[in-house]
Amino acid sequence: MINDMSPYLNSNKIFIWSKKNLFSSWINSIMTIIALIFIYKVGTFFLNWAIFEADFITNFRGEIITDRTFCSKNIEVGQHGACWSIIFVRFHQFMYGFYPVEEAWRVNVIYALLPLALIGILFDKLPFRKIFIYFTFAFPFIAYFMLYGGPGLSVVATNKWGGLLVTLFLGVTGIALAFPLSIFLALGRRSNMPIVKSICVVFIEFIRGVPLITLLFTANVMLPLFLPEGVKPDNLLRALVAVTLFQSAYMAEAIRGGLQAIPRGQIEAAQSLGLNYWQTTRKIILPQALKIAIPPIVNTCIGLFKDTSLVLIIGLFDLLGIGRAALSDITWTKLYYEVYVFVSLIFFIFCFGMSRYSLYLEKKLKTDN
Amino acid sequence: MEQVIQLEKVNKWFDDFHVLKDIDLKVERGQKIVICGPSGSGKSTMIRCINRLEAHQKGHIVVHGTELTNDLKNIDMIRKNVGMVFQQFNLFPHLSVIDNISLAPIWVKKLPKKEAENIAMTYLEKVKIPEQAQKFPGQLSGGQQQRVAIARSLAMNPDIMLFDEPTSALDPEMIKEVLDVMIQLAEEGMTMLVVTHEMGFAKTVADQMIFMDEGKIVEQATPDEFFNNPKSDRTKLFLSQILNH
Amino acid sequence: MQQNFLRKLIFDEKTRALLIQTLVIGIFAVLIYLVTKQTAYNLEKRGIGTGFEFLNIAAGYDISISLIPYDSNDTHLRAYFVGLLNTLMIAVCGCFLATILGFLVGIIRLSSNWLFRNIAYVYVEFTRNVPVLLQIILYYTILLHLPKVKQSLVIFDNFYLSNRGLFSPAPIFKDGFSIVIGSLIVMIIFTFFLKRFLKKKQELTGKQYPIFLINSGLIIFTPIFVYYLMGMPLEFDHPVMKGFNFKGGMVIRPEFLGMLFGLSIYTAAFISETVRSGIISVSKGQREASQALGLKSNFIMRLIIIPQALRVIIPPLTSQYLNLTKNSSLGIAIGYADLVHGFGGISLNQTGKAIEIMLIVMSTYLTISLIISFFMNLYNKAVQFKGNV
Repeated sequence: MINDMSPYLNSNKIFIWSKKNLFSSWINSIMTIIALIFIYKVGTFFLNWAIFEADFITNFRGEIITDRTFCSKNIEVGQHGACWSIIFVRFHQFMYGFYPVEEAWRVNVIYALLPLALIGILFDKLPFRKIFIYFTFAFPFIAYFMLYGGPGLSVVATNKWGGLLVTLFLGVTGIALAFPLSIFLALGRRSNMPIVKSICVVFIEFIRGVPLITLLFTANVMLPLFLPEGVKPDNLLRALVAVTLFQSAYMAEAIRGGLQAIPRGQIEAAQSLGLNYWQTTRKIILPQALKIAIPPIVNTCIGLFKDTSLVLIIGLFDLLGIGRAALSDITWTKLYYEVYVFVSLIFFIFCFGMSRYSLYLEKKLKTDN
Repeated sequence: MEQVIQLEKVNKWFDDFHVLKDIDLKVERGQKIVICGPSGSGKSTMIRCINRLEAHQKGHIVVHGTELTNDLKNIDMIRKNVGMVFQQFNLFPHLSVIDNISLAPIWVKKLPKKEAENIAMTYLEKVKIPEQAQKFPGQLSGGQQQRVAIARSLAMNPDIMLFDEPTSALDPEMIKEVLDVMIQLAEEGMTMLVVTHEMGFAKTVADQMIFMDEGKIVEQATPDEFFNNPKSDRTKLFLSQILNH
Repeated sequence: MQQNFLRKLIFDEKTRALLIQTLVIGIFAVLIYLVTKQTAYNLEKRGIGTGFEFLNIAAGYDISISLIPYDSNDTHLRAYFVGLLNTLMIAVCGCFLATILGFLVGIIRLSSNWLFRNIAYVYVEFTRNVPVLLQIILYYTILLHLPKVKQSLVIFDNFYLSNRGLFSPAPIFKDGFSIVIGSLIVMIIFTFFLKRFLKKKQELTGKQYPIFLINSGLIIFTPIFVYYLMGMPLEFDHPVMKGFNFKGGMVIRPEFLGMLFGLSIYTAAFISETVRSGIISVSKGQREASQALGLKSNFIMRLIIIPQALRVIIPPLTSQYLNLTKNSSLGIAIGYADLVHGFGGISLNQTGKAIEIMLIVMSTYLTISLIISFFMNLYNKAVQFKGNV
């Protein structure tokens, strides 16, 4: 019984690996076979649908597919795979919404600059990090000027914005605005002052206790009621207010977790050196607490990024909203798989990227300490 | 003397790391064997093979005349008769001290609860903390926890006890209380295999000293010979490091 | 003297705290005053009054799914309860399905088979990184594009799946069925005592009984036996195709199914992660110590691993339930008649009472959240490990 196990030294690594992970017992072997059949079936089905039998630009008659020309599968029902033409034909809308075509370059510039604005915050060992950080702070102004317009650029009202632009705008701006707010909320929740503390607790627990959609409704319907006549925030701005408040409550809880992880000794040491409350908080507590809190903060950001899709319910055209709008065109009605797969993929890339980044940070935190 | 444990040309690999190389060892009833050696030398792995917490890949291990193979019945039987104490205590945090100790008598030996608890109390008295019976592991000091862990093993009435660095995770002032219990156990004639760096303890109780390095038994001798007249250079070096620190 | 006073005001710890707090209250009060005044002015100008009288006015709209009798002549208040019940219904069903699926996937994630493990991993990553709203809309769209009623897909001979939903036989309970139900309840109570009795007996004699097996046997087979004894007092009303639709039976609408699939498949991905991390959080040492004591693996699972893992799993599990309940408000996107869709949407549009209605809707969700977290905290306190672990 014992000697039939061959010593690892003399064996092939792949053989050992598969013995351990795929064929360790007869049940395991059966599972492996079932899984292989499953992967083969799903894989071939998906590849056939998505690639081999799919339309990309032309249908099987060789006609270029447009808003007026059908895909193969609409002509010969049940015979063809996906029709990706809808993505190409509507690509402008998916990326920019109803942004004027000749002005789309402005959005492209911002898409290109966005990574540069983020990279400084994301990686602390970046060379010339300071310059990148300066750029991060300048970026909102550049973005406002480029996207909305101003001297030298024509104004593009926010009701023309849509698709990925709205999704990214709400996600990135919401997170950026919520961040400082959430720090104050988290500090307030841990404050010794009962009134400040209870205001923060009530705010955080209230926001976390209700669905985002009710906040969006409230902002949409009630913001105009609260404000003087003449001050009429547009729909995108209203959604932004709701999203920011929402995100700040969740972020505050993540930061509070970080604050709790800082040992009391740190505060005591700082105070005994003569630092006052704000100095202690800014120089000693927050840098450590935020470092610990970044992975959970990133997780709340993933949540928010996905939740921006809710704005379609209040009539904005985010990525998902644009997809839905495309499907309402009679030519495209049956292409829901294509549209939703494409939109899912974009969300997936962003969210999966963020979750990988959060994992990377967690690993780094462990090795740093 | 009756042989209770026998290791013959035992080999083990972790992936392609060769942890145990041709280990031969014979233990007689009532013998106390202390195993020492640098970390990563395979000493913990060796005693963990004896109750099959690790499976060896080559060679033979025979405990009480039963060879350890994949046979689950044999493994269960051997584990019932071989107690083990861990470096990290491994008490069950969700159970009170007395439940920790009576768990195995109830579920393995199928004893009535009352009887199992009586046994538990007997052993708690033996390790001198009967007053902690109703507490939970998290409420005890490290030394107390380790004594509970010893009582837990003893409650199965084993005839062999394995100790895997039982004092390494303890604060200095608690080491003595645990070692005292172990010395008492040795005096009662228990067969013991102890992985430890407590050389004072080794000199007091050991019949045999074993020094391991890089997966091999480098030296095996009586304590007298081992400490006063070590044969191998590696043993000398190790002893000089451990005794002079 | 005066300088001293000022000094005290600014540098004394207590007075300073008081000062800051007074300031905060002051700002808040002014803000609230301004907003209320402005709102009152705006409302007056638009001719919308305030108050909750509208709750007693006929709602005037139909609701497609309702657990309690409702028609368009009923009041807004009743519409509110219809919506609330629909929200609770989808939340309970969703949590139930998500828990089963989540535990299953979580356990597969820990499987020794590499392929199974990774198929589950792909499922988890793909579902939790895509908005739940998108998933709900996708499943709903798929359901809507099912064949028309005439070409319904037939499942197990009696279930018909079409773009109008899932038609299934409706049970008709005849005399005597209450006795079957009664026998089930009696058995549940009986097995509860039997379990205690057998446990006591085990404590006295040490002999172990297959309690779970005995009890589940009793609970399952006794009612079946009684059912046949009573002459099978249960019939089904089968859906029959008449004209363009089914008559009879019962129907589960695509809105409900879409919500159910979307919410539970999405939430299950998160639950599977908490299950997985709960089980791995029980240290390897715990398993080793139990093995060294000679415990069999099913006992190790039951007595050592599960009790410890549950402590870790339950709190995040509850917050997943909360998330699912809040996400059920997305029903509005596909027309599932939940609280937000009917009362928060249609009632609001008809009456214009935005403030009152949003207040009611939000407090409802808050109450649900608070109730669930209250019970979670109780549970957490009860199972907390004693001492420092």
